[in-house]
Amino acid sequence: MREVWWISLIKAAVIVNLIMVAFAYTTWLERKLLGRMQNRYGPNRAGPFGLLQPFADLIKLVRKESFFPSAAHESLYIAAPIASMFTALAAFAVIPFGAGWKIWHYHVDGEIANVSIALILIFALGSIGVYGAIVGGWASQSKFALLGSMRTCAQLVSYEVSLALSVLGVVLMGQSLNLVDIVNKQGATIWFFIPQFAGLLVFLFAMIAETSRPPFDLPEADTELVAGYHTEYGGMRWGLFQTAEYINLITLSALAVTLFFGGWHGPYAPLGPVWFLLKVFVFVSAFIWIRASVPRLRYDQLMRFGWKVLLPVATINAVITALLVVWVS
Amino acid sequence: MALAPERPRIYEGSRIPSPIPSVLELSNALRSSQDVLTVNFGPNHPSTHGVLRLVVDLHGEEVVGLAAVVGYLHTGFEKNMEQKSWWKAITYAPRIDYVSFQNNELVFVLAVEKLLQIDVPPRATWMRMLLAELNRIHSHLVWLGTAALELGAISMFWYCFRERDRILDLFELVAGFRMHTRYFQVGGLAEDIPPGFFDECAKFVELMPHAIDDYESLVDRNQIWLERTQGIGLLSRADAIALGQSGPVLRGSGVDWDLRRAQPYLAYDQVDFRVPVYQEGDVYARYRVRMEEMRESVRIVDQALRRLPGGAWIADDRKVVLPPREELHTSMESLIHHFKIVTEGFSVPEGEVYVTVESPRGELGCYVVSDGGPRPWRVKFRAPSFVALEATATCMRQALVADLIAIVGSLDTVMGEVDR
Repeated sequence: MREVWWISLIKAAVIVNLIMVAFAYTTWLERKLLGRMQNRYGPNRAGPFGLLQPFADLIKLVRKESFFPSAAHESLYIAAPIASMFTALAAFAVIPFGAGWKIWHYHVDGEIANVSIALILIFALGSIGVYGAIVGGWASQSKFALLGSMRTCAQLVSYEVSLALSVLGVVLMGQSLNLVDIVNKQGATIWFFIPQFAGLLVFLFAMIAETSRPPFDLPEADTELVAGYHTEYGGMRWGLFQTAEYINLITLSALAVTLFFGGWHGPYAPLGPVWFLLKVFVFVSAFIWIRASVPRLRYDQLMRFGWKVLLPVATINAVITALLVVWVS
Repeated sequence: MALAPERPRIYEGSRIPSPIPSVLELSNALRSSQDVLTVNFGPNHPSTHGVLRLVVDLHGEEVVGLAAVVGYLHTGFEKNMEQKSWWKAITYAPRIDYVSFQNNELVFVLAVEKLLQIDVPPRATWMRMLLAELNRIHSHLVWLGTAALELGAISMFWYCFRERDRILDLFELVAGFRMHTRYFQVGGLAEDIPPGFFDECAKFVELMPHAIDDYESLVDRNQIWLERTQGIGLLSRADAIALGQSGPVLRGSGVDWDLRRAQPYLAYDQVDFRVPVYQEGDVYARYRVRMEEMRESVRIVDQALRRLPGGAWIADDRKVVLPPREELHTSMESLIHHFKIVTEGFSVPEGEVYVTVESPRGELGCYVVSDGGPRPWRVKFRAPSFVALEATATCMRQALVADLIAIVGSLDTVMGEVDR
């Protein structure tokens, strides 16, 4: 049964706003959790438990004067954060968060867009999003930003390879590139993190690198490159880069849940989206935890790790999975 | 995470750049190429301690040229001290190196005392040693926190500062100030040790070894930390000596030299402590030296706490030391001495003296010349940070940008002391 077009439209509007709220509270959660892990309180001034802190930050960022270096390439400089932000938001459209419902006599899907090549779409959007960081750093005409861009180029491009290869096993087992089919397959058989454990590990490492979170936060290593590619950005333009980064984190966490942890499946089926949210929450918290505990890798170590460890593991995993799938069927 | 480990190996021969030992110059081939990017790290940069400016030539991520520019924090401490009476000049000393304040205060006071030939009561001597060691732990904690922060281990900073705060609490308890205490007075201590200090300090002594265990468990078993520090920023034994290094940098390069043992001052010859020495000469060795020094400092504090003698806390020399408060109302002479010391200051016999102590950063020297008047004629500090900074270029061979940060961090320079 197909969804009526205006339902999709309403759903898209709702989900985009939900994602923005989720992003806002991910920053809150990160600061709160980091604070607790580091013997401090984290934000606690704006509202109860600092719950209004994200909005205070937003107002501050929006009201800031958006000045930029006179040497910057203006149009590219302005377009870069928008590109980052757009691709980050768009990628979430294909992630299924529920089984689909029947409300009155309309059918409502559990995702915004049911695309048959959803997985490829997500990676394609991610690849475009990288341009935001690369172009933004280059257009700033600043040395630190340029260094950050160079690192971004190298890091994101090389880890994208591992990221894509790591999910190949899941695609083979789910026999589809459609995320809904993959989740349904997991519901019918077994959550894929058990047979695809190696794939999951590679995916997680590559995912941290893709979202440039510690210990792979080299593109914006604050102690080395000041702020990396967004050194020359301020106000809400900087805010857009940050938003993109956190939404990428949420999207990729959601993707990990979808591909390896059975998506919306859980003990009590009608609570689908709740299970989905809980799983994503666990992932996001784990990444915050990682940030609190490990030092940053060096550039050459990062590259070595990506090409010499992750890529072979992902490749071998994909080949073995393929052989097993053929053998079983 | 099996990143191919490279055995830390110290190099043969000398790596000190010539003609200027502290400047790594571009090779001619690179100078004529278009591939080198010159970047200013600092004076306002998130990772430089204070206002160090490094002019770095980068070939991709590799550091191919380096020159440190110092002087942004020059405050003229030494010249200022010449304008003040001996009494007031003491307050300037701790502000030079604001992280190892107590040791700076100590070295100046010791220099003045050496000129005066004054006998310091044992209670003051032991208490000075105790506070100097507490200050060493404080300094190393600040170093560990910031160095780990620079390598991306952000939580370490807060854990270190938690214990650092306990040390500052102890200083506050003793002197009323958390930093720059001015508790060391020519002739002894400014006041007697307050009751309650011993209990609090004993609690700290009990707590600190566990805290150090925690730090080590957080970074020492972390593969990334080891990868980032081992074999990085090599400085050989011969180069370290040639560059005049001291303190943890020297001991990290395999030279067994510690002024506390080589030329014992205070009561260091009466306490039992080990001098950690590591042969590797890399960032990791310097880190290990500092960690073990913290443990040894805790042991010294513990011993000093148990064996601290009673009696007077300041020498009874009315020409130099303020008379007790209650005598001012009964004794005319005391009142006159008090007035003279407070207004004019005491006079120090003519002469010159150089006194060294082992500060957390190495050999901290104080050269003082007196013309017999109430003010120092010349004060000069031998700042270990400044000397350590000269090793930057030597350590920076085959380093990447990220190593640059680790190396500068491992040398533990305090810009206040470098620029004075």
